[in-house]
Amino acid sequence: MRTNLEANWAVTPETEQKIVDTAGRYQTEPWQLMHILLDIQKIANNSFPREVAVIVSRETGLSEASLYSFISYYAMFSPSERGRYVVRMCESAPCHVRGSKAVMEAISKTLALQPGETSGDGRFTLEYCQCLGLCVNSPAVMVNEAVYKDLTPGRAATLMEDYMRGDYDA
Amino acid sequence: MLEETRIVLRNVDEIDPVSIEDYRARGGYEALKKALSMTRDEALSEIDKSALRGRGGAGFPIGKKLSVTKAVDADQKYIICNADEGEPGTNKDRVVLSGDPNSVFEGMAIAAYIAGAAKGFVYLRFEYPYIFPILEQALENARKAGCLGGNIFGSGFDFDISVVSGGGAYVCGEETALIASIEGKRGEPQFKPPYPGVKGLFGKPTVVNNVETLANLPQIIQNGGEWFANIGVPNCTGTKVFTLCGNVARPGVAEYPMGTNLKDIFEAHGGVKDGKDLQGFMLGGQSGNLINPDQMDLPMDIDTCRARDAILGTGTIMVMDDYCEILDIVENIMSFFIHESCGKCTPCREGNIRMHEIIHNINAGDGKLEDLDTLEELAEVMQITSLCALGQNSSYPVITSLHNFRDDYLKAIERGQRA
Repeated sequence: MRTNLEANWAVTPETEQKIVDTAGRYQTEPWQLMHILLDIQKIANNSFPREVAVIVSRETGLSEASLYSFISYYAMFSPSERGRYVVRMCESAPCHVRGSKAVMEAISKTLALQPGETSGDGRFTLEYCQCLGLCVNSPAVMVNEAVYKDLTPGRAATLMEDYMRGDYDA
Repeated sequence: MLEETRIVLRNVDEIDPVSIEDYRARGGYEALKKALSMTRDEALSEIDKSALRGRGGAGFPIGKKLSVTKAVDADQKYIICNADEGEPGTNKDRVVLSGDPNSVFEGMAIAAYIAGAAKGFVYLRFEYPYIFPILEQALENARKAGCLGGNIFGSGFDFDISVVSGGGAYVCGEETALIASIEGKRGEPQFKPPYPGVKGLFGKPTVVNNVETLANLPQIIQNGGEWFANIGVPNCTGTKVFTLCGNVARPGVAEYPMGTNLKDIFEAHGGVKDGKDLQGFMLGGQSGNLINPDQMDLPMDIDTCRARDAILGTGTIMVMDDYCEILDIVENIMSFFIHESCGKCTPCREGNIRMHEIIHNINAGDGKLEDLDTLEELAEVMQITSLCALGQNSSYPVITSLHNFRDDYLKAIERGQRA
């Protein structure tokens, strides 16, 4: 599915420190494991590669196997690399009956990606997802943690163009 | 015109959600204060009198849940707010939590006092990351004002809340799966008994309730159980927060007394969008039912819906106009359940796949009349033998569409046979 990523993410001393600090929260609040791992995934460019799991395992005392048992279960984790922006299109019924398919086609065409693919420049991953809980404003899409509602194919294409131009880059 | 009755939504859009001053100016935390001045039995008796039933879909009386956990002797107990609102077509809890989080915290504190818990968790689904900062800020403000934390209102009662995150798994709305998820495990449902009320989070007695259920508790304590029981219908008291979505003219979240007629709610929201014709409704979420317009004269309460082969569930009302293809929708719904089945038990893991396959084939023109009997048989097996509500309910949209939109199935089969 994936093509040659130009901008591969790798652990640096700086990101390793961030991961270590985040993983440290597990000692006092073990019930925050999900939140901790999601925060770490954000540091690691929206993915959870092996080199990150090694650090987390060392810091938390959880085995790599149990970490992967956990993250492979939940839809929001990805052991394989993803783009800087993960675009999630809701495919549940309330979005479906209000034209999510046409919106997805517009997004797919604008980003030149099929669902499940990551762009060659490492900027975008396109995914289908289940209900975003924005049913009164369907169709809806989520880009990383930002949500966009009441979309039409035209509005969705414009939104993607804004992201491609770098309007949302910090 | 039908007017809303706002109990759960009384503060939504009226206050700054993180402001403890705003919340208290509208009577906030007075109910907790009142509960703390009562004995735990007195407070529980008000909840019992209210006859409040869980709003997450199952409709179990909260008074019974609380009394089970209250009766267990343990060094630690927990209250969990189930904010894993994953049922497609439902976004009422998002509105309550982001608009009036303190009503949920206060409800949790009242439940904790009755059950004897000192710690609570809000399990917030991954898809609502923007609610996290609202909850964290509201909690901090409530603690500073002495409404949560140690020795609340000088009563000696301690209670605090942590917000934890979901990971994008629908099945974690099931209470034992949710508990496993907080424990840092895969969110797979467990066999019951033991029930969480006796042995739940970290092995301790735990009360798990939906956001909307908990948000009702302060008003019940404040105004009395009898006041609440007079709203709605006898066996299903209070209000319900409905999510109106799909091809409806005025989508939104609205609160009406239990038993309010579906056709009145539908009309109050402007009927079908763009003046198109009504094809039907999906009620109660994707694990709910598909009904046709002839069934629309329906009082929306748990028992009447159940008796008429419909489902109140989470209060979802999704409108379908005549441009919708019923089989497309059912196929879409079944692909959802394939994705969300945790795979632990065979009837759910395999059944959803087979059901989807049969519907896909019918929809693609490769169906046979016998397939309809196979679907009925398969549904029965799944309903009887699945471990949790996911597999027990996922066939409802198939079976109800088969009953209520039978012509759509027959036409698709006929179309295929002619081709």
